[in-house]
Amino acid sequence: MPQALVNIAYLISALLFVFAFKGLSHPRTAIRGNLLGALGMLIAIVVTLMDKSIVSYELIILGFIIGGVIGAVLAIKVQMTAMPQMVALFNGFGGGASTLVAALAFIEATQLNKTLGTQETVATVASGIIGAVTFWGSLVAFGKLEGIIEERPVRYKGDQIVKILFALSSIILGIYFGLERDISYYWYLVAASSVLGVLLTIPIGGADMPVVISLLNSYSGLAACATGFVLNNNVLIISGSLVGASGIILTNLMCKAMNRSLTNVLFGGFGEIVAGADEDKVYGGKVKSASPEEVAMLLENARRVVIVPGYGMAVSQAQFAIRDLMKVLESKGIEVEFAIHPVAGRMPGHMNVLLAEANIPYEKLKEMDEINPTFEQTDVSIVIGANDVVNPLARTDSNSPIAGMPILDVDKSKTVVVIKRSLAPGFAGIPNPLFAADNTLMLFGDAKKMVQELINALKES
Amino acid sequence: MDSFIAVLTIFVLAMIVGFEVITKVPPILHTPLMSGSNAISGITIIGSIIAAGAKYTTLASVLGVIAVAFATINVVGGFLVTHRMLEMFQKPKSDQKEKKS
Repeated sequence: MPQALVNIAYLISALLFVFAFKGLSHPRTAIRGNLLGALGMLIAIVVTLMDKSIVSYELIILGFIIGGVIGAVLAIKVQMTAMPQMVALFNGFGGGASTLVAALAFIEATQLNKTLGTQETVATVASGIIGAVTFWGSLVAFGKLEGIIEERPVRYKGDQIVKILFALSSIILGIYFGLERDISYYWYLVAASSVLGVLLTIPIGGADMPVVISLLNSYSGLAACATGFVLNNNVLIISGSLVGASGIILTNLMCKAMNRSLTNVLFGGFGEIVAGADEDKVYGGKVKSASPEEVAMLLENARRVVIVPGYGMAVSQAQFAIRDLMKVLESKGIEVEFAIHPVAGRMPGHMNVLLAEANIPYEKLKEMDEINPTFEQTDVSIVIGANDVVNPLARTDSNSPIAGMPILDVDKSKTVVVIKRSLAPGFAGIPNPLFAADNTLMLFGDAKKMVQELINALKES
Repeated sequence: MDSFIAVLTIFVLAMIVGFEVITKVPPILHTPLMSGSNAISGITIIGSIIAAGAKYTTLASVLGVIAVAFATINVVGGFLVTHRMLEMFQKPKSDQKEKKS
């Protein structure tokens, strides 16, 4: 196949990727978008298979089979609640592949006695560093989300300096690689960046995962992009930058939703201090606990109910029970909507996926800005497994670690029902005055169990 | 130098297109956006295919197979999982997933 035709095929792939992202702008067109993306990938792969430098196909097919089986099994088997770690894992593999491809391009050039230009050399170093950081960072994120690695931030004295040292040594090794043209320096820099990837992710706690996953997402794109600069391949550059842009946008949104800078998330040490001192002052004697029957009576008389899900819903797999609750309430003529905070859960859009899994129509899932003005007309807000995202301290206490973070204004509704196992603080490690507010009732227990009891009580009455 | 400017131009323009298109993705689809873009970043597969097929050295072949496998996990897993999620965002079809809870 002449090179011009190959490049045209790559151009078509790149266009299909753009349309794939465009399709994702609405749930109705999203499936078609994803299929267009897959088609673009298929075209790119088929065209590449016709490349004249390929002398045998056994190894390629072997790789396809290994990767295809693993990828398909993981994708089909994964529970929707485990989606954050799955996304993290897939991300990592993308980064790992970029690192290897850059190395292979260098080996190829050495074999063919070609010298790499400055662009290719710099891009090789970039692929090595970004790819390795992505691979190991994603594995650590996966471990944290899966519960294999301690989810709370792990910090020690001087950790920032250690990180800077590893970052610097990666770059210095990269310069040596460029000067000496010796592949072993590349592997040293990959090793140093691997340690860096682990060190960067280890100190980041569970609730900051949405930011980290978005960031790693953008890294995997940038790594592909750097590989594109190594191979002088346009489709790699275009797709890599699309993914990079997507990750950057999401990272930005997540940081804004917490009113924190990216630097603060990455290096700030959020959530390491567990404050317990003023808990008594906030809660002392003011927390009212209710029974499911009492809450059911309250719901009977409501006209509008808003459900606020948080990570606790994912943990107890309560989404199906919540769907049933919605159905029961709706059968009684009560309006039900869902309020979704951007950082609820462990990755962007986490809550939406779980609620969609339970067949809750997406029109009922409202963004923060859209639902906040409606809380004043809401009779009952049910907070299920969320904490920091409904903490009014964000509005009132400028010294609080969550000061200025946009929150869901549930406290403005007539009554707030909080389903939660205990008064334990959320990720920010601070007490939540909402639990002690006059219009708040606490329903202590597991989210799924409590929602089911609510349904039973509603059905009996 | 010229060829560098050419690829740089493509990079910058693609970034801009990316920002324009992706800011329009609504928050409810952010997870599929991540997994879908993930699959697309598996485009490195085309670099790994050539490396695995060209058989330059034994080391290159071994690394090539690993790279193809990694990228294939990314591509196959990414598109499949995205499809699974997006199907759930379709209009509820007679509550077929009822039993799963």
